[in-house]
Amino acid sequence: MEFSIIMIKFENVSITFNTKKATVNAVRNVSFEVNKGEIFGIVGTSGAGKSTLLRTVNLLEKPNGGKVNVDGVDITLLDKQSLREARQKIGMIFQHYNLIHTKTVYKNVAFPMRISGKSAKEISKRVPELLEEVGLSDKAHVYPGQLSGGQKQRVGIARALANDSHLLLCDEPTSALDLESTKSILELIRTINKKYGITILLISHEMDVIKSICSRVAVMSEGEVVDLNDVYSIFSNPTHEITKQLVRHSLNVEIPDGILGNTEGKIVKVLYRGSSALNPILSNAIRKYPVDMNILHGRIEYIDNQPMGVLLVNINGENNDVVNIIHYLKENTASAEIIYD
Amino acid sequence: MIDQILNLMPELGKAFWETFQMVGISLLLALLLGVPIGLLLFITDKGLFCENKVFNRAGGILVNIIRSIPFVILLVILLPVTQIIVKTTIGPLAASVSLSVAAIVFYARLVDASLREVDKGVIEAATAMGASVPQIITQVLLVEALPGLIRGFTVTAISLIGYSAMAGIVGGGGVGDLAIRYGYYRYQMDVMVVTVAVLIVLVQIVQSIGDYAAKRADKA
Repeated sequence: MEFSIIMIKFENVSITFNTKKATVNAVRNVSFEVNKGEIFGIVGTSGAGKSTLLRTVNLLEKPNGGKVNVDGVDITLLDKQSLREARQKIGMIFQHYNLIHTKTVYKNVAFPMRISGKSAKEISKRVPELLEEVGLSDKAHVYPGQLSGGQKQRVGIARALANDSHLLLCDEPTSALDLESTKSILELIRTINKKYGITILLISHEMDVIKSICSRVAVMSEGEVVDLNDVYSIFSNPTHEITKQLVRHSLNVEIPDGILGNTEGKIVKVLYRGSSALNPILSNAIRKYPVDMNILHGRIEYIDNQPMGVLLVNINGENNDVVNIIHYLKENTASAEIIYD
Repeated sequence: MIDQILNLMPELGKAFWETFQMVGISLLLALLLGVPIGLLLFITDKGLFCENKVFNRAGGILVNIIRSIPFVILLVILLPVTQIIVKTTIGPLAASVSLSVAAIVFYARLVDASLREVDKGVIEAATAMGASVPQIITQVLLVEALPGLIRGFTVTAISLIGYSAMAGIVGGGGVGDLAIRYGYYRYQMDVMVVTVAVLIVLVQIVQSIGDYAAKRADKA
């Protein structure tokens, strides 16, 4: 078998649903690749087809057209037995956890191992390790009903890892969780990605989730992939209208109208990206041009360890100097636009 | 009056045993056959792993037909079948045949209904793990539906106690039959009151055991 860096390869995947009223093209002709070991995100509003696409990877959803290669094998061509074996190596976690309510945490985690025919000895060795990994050693004999959402998702993750999966599918894993649990679940996903090199394909409707753990992202809208890039580029330089919308939600800097009305001079929105975020551009600028500058709002984000910032500055001074300084800012930052004159 | 009740004791004991026999046999058969039938109805339904429209429709209609026949009539219709199976058409054993048929289809519907209550997401998760259909059925579906299956079984048991009162028609006997024969036909009000009281206690006990068992099984 030849070595490949590709874990999942979607080739012209299409899925249509026939409802009584009409035929819905849930996924249209989607092609892209997910590399081994990366955390790849699919983002889009609800109904964009991302969940349907994700479900083709373990064939919970059968595509009407196209191929889905998982680790070099076209999953759509497997017979029943081979498909079951392939699925045992693909972990999946869900928005609503989908734990077996009538089994304890321990038995939930042991379940996929029992299915794949692991011995009792292996199970009794592995399950405590997994529970330790997700920080639930003390909850082994508790039923899911007694756990918080975050804890349930941890059980889901332990269960998904039980058969040493090489791929983890995450279907809106944090959408039912509060902020704090979201953070810790994403942290856990990142940890297992680093530690075991497991490939992760995650879907979310929240750009913030994508921003905090993914390295690359595909943006879906109406069944099509409209944008695909590394997360930093998607955020710093969104091209498609849908991407811009999603990014705007996430990188939100706005100032109240009341303040806008009371400021003199111009308000400029300055965008920093990559290395420019670290240079003292603003102080250089005021040293160069005799204007007053006041920072009204600002935010710096670190995406994939690269800084990216937005600043709203109020500039006051001689007309000529103001024009020059804005020109200077434009040249030295990613962008500088006057948003209030 | 106390005398009369004391005189009734041997009759009551015998009636109790008859009820126990009839309800016991038909409950056992409801469990052995009602569960598989209910399961088949469920898994052959649309969108499930053994989807089969023809079987599902035919099975559903058959179950409904049997369920719509009033029990007294079912009892009479099935007399030839009873003759073949137990070689007689009178007595508690004979009555058990039609009681069982009623119990099986009744419970099959309740099994189907409680399986429908199982979270589809859990079934999807098991499928995604690579579980086979038999594994999903035995280790997920039936386990998750257990509280509902127990509640349905309790309802079936209590309905059977009620149905078994009609078994008197074929000489089946039982507590309910006693109430009808002495209390209703002979105007012995006190006997009727006692037997009905016994039935109330019996039903209460069955319900309590069922509730307790269902609660134990329910971990949610």
